[in-house]
Amino acid sequence: MNRRQAEEYFFRGLMFISSTFIIMVLCHIIYSILSAGLPHLNWDMISKVPEGGYYFGKGGGILNAIIGSLYVAVGATSLALAIGLPVALFMNIHLTKWKKIVNGIRFLMDLLCGIPSIVYGAFGFTLMIFFGLRTSLLAGIITVTVFIVPIMIRAIDEVLMTIPRGLFESALSLGSTKSEISYRVFFKQSIAGIITAILLSFGRAIGDAASVLLTTGYTDYIPTSLNQPTATLPLAIFFQLSSPILEVRQRAYASAVILIAIILFISLLARILTYSYKKNKINY
Amino acid sequence: MRFRLFDISRKLRNSIHTSWMIASLSIVLLIPLVLTAGLVIKSLPLLEQQPLLTLLFSSNWKPLSGEFGFYPFIVSSVWVTILALLFSIPICLLTSIHLTQYAKKWVLKIMQPVIDILAGIPSVIYGVWGILVIIPFISDHVAPFLGKSSSGYSILAGSIVLSIMVIPFVLNILIELFNNIPVELSEASLSLGATRWQTIKFVVLKKGLPGIISSFGLGMSRAFGETIAVLMVVGNVAKVPTGILQPGYPLPALIANNYGEMMSIPQYDAALMLSAFILFVVVLFFNAGSRLLIIRSGKHN
Repeated sequence: MNRRQAEEYFFRGLMFISSTFIIMVLCHIIYSILSAGLPHLNWDMISKVPEGGYYFGKGGGILNAIIGSLYVAVGATSLALAIGLPVALFMNIHLTKWKKIVNGIRFLMDLLCGIPSIVYGAFGFTLMIFFGLRTSLLAGIITVTVFIVPIMIRAIDEVLMTIPRGLFESALSLGSTKSEISYRVFFKQSIAGIITAILLSFGRAIGDAASVLLTTGYTDYIPTSLNQPTATLPLAIFFQLSSPILEVRQRAYASAVILIAIILFISLLARILTYSYKKNKINY
Repeated sequence: MRFRLFDISRKLRNSIHTSWMIASLSIVLLIPLVLTAGLVIKSLPLLEQQPLLTLLFSSNWKPLSGEFGFYPFIVSSVWVTILALLFSIPICLLTSIHLTQYAKKWVLKIMQPVIDILAGIPSVIYGVWGILVIIPFISDHVAPFLGKSSSGYSILAGSIVLSIMVIPFVLNILIELFNNIPVELSEASLSLGATRWQTIKFVVLKKGLPGIISSFGLGMSRAFGETIAVLMVVGNVAKVPTGILQPGYPLPALIANNYGEMMSIPQYDAALMLSAFILFVVVLFFNAGSRLLIIRSGKHN
């Protein structure tokens, strides 16, 4: 065996190790969260609000945070879809002639995607003060919407870019208006990808802590209006984990199991939906 | 065609849709402007009192007496980010080459969901994992091994957690990059008798160099702004760290930890907004630089 081959095998080994390492890290993360949290997961966790305060109370669960997170994530994802889908369609259908503008918007969206969520949180906080709001569900939804809109636009845009131009031209030649091409042709063609994009943004919205930390506040109760502070799952984990009481910290681990279960469920759902919609797609 | 009693005319519907599209595009384009303006206006009160350079390079952080030196936080951020990149660069490079040049289909079928899930795990979960695993590992094994004692809450812990978080992000960019390098180039090299690894070393890596550099730039900006996971394991002591086993206090953690008091101490809110603005500028700089590099090198080909 000469030097060249030895080098080849050496690096092949290293590559194999590093790929295996990544798989093992994921397994280890899931395993260690499950083993810390599963023993403390019970029905009370997901059916009751904290008893005696989330920081010191030993009883109850985190229903308030689960509901709160769903409120924030569903609200923000719907708002982001209402703004993001038209923008992505506009870029791919109305602006096809202006390549430079589209590329400029894409570049800007990419930059916005890269801005840390804590900056969005700080920005949301200044907006909140400016409009005289206090930490509330509404402020959280708006901040998270601003945070996920660029992600949603870029994700939908990536899907729309793969649709062949021919479809656009044939729909146009049949006399469709541009909005009909957008919503009846392009939207339907890319529905699988759009659902994946929505789920991706939803996962971001439900999992992000830094942006809601400054804007939604925290409470032990389930919010009944948009003006009330709201608990969210990531913050529930974060705050409970810093408690001096063992039972509360164990509840944090159990909450982490719930959050990771939600995220895994979303990711599984995205895969299944993508697969089942792909079967109905027109192929060329 | 189905008959509808109150059918709005198609043209009207088209113009309603189009104007909503333009309206939402304007909203989206307004975001960066309002974001920048908001952060600048909010941090101006502090900048008017003290010059920016003094703020950046002073290490006195005493909000109650109006002294705001960002130096310890900036140093911590830089340490954590650079260490995290050092840990993740080799893994990302090796794995992306493995997946794009060597791996069989079934390996890709396993790795793709693994990377997706890693990318989707919320940062607070990484933080919990850090507390459960990395902290005890550092205080029980790493610190004694180096002949020091540490609580585990340290720059090192923050950067290890961060490096794992950055891996899926950088990996995805690298995989896309290597997949876009023309196969003909490697085929030419292979047909001249080079081994696979030589082809990778002299052709693929060389061709992809600008992209590789910019992927790390993007990873860097991602790492620089990460908040909760780092905050949970890094210790949060406002002193200039002198070693990797000492606690640090990165900029995002500063904002996240102190927003509660910022309205009650004068100038404190301006200081925190200024740190958000510094974060914003640094991240934007690396992000824009890396993306421009990718675009430039793409045009060059």
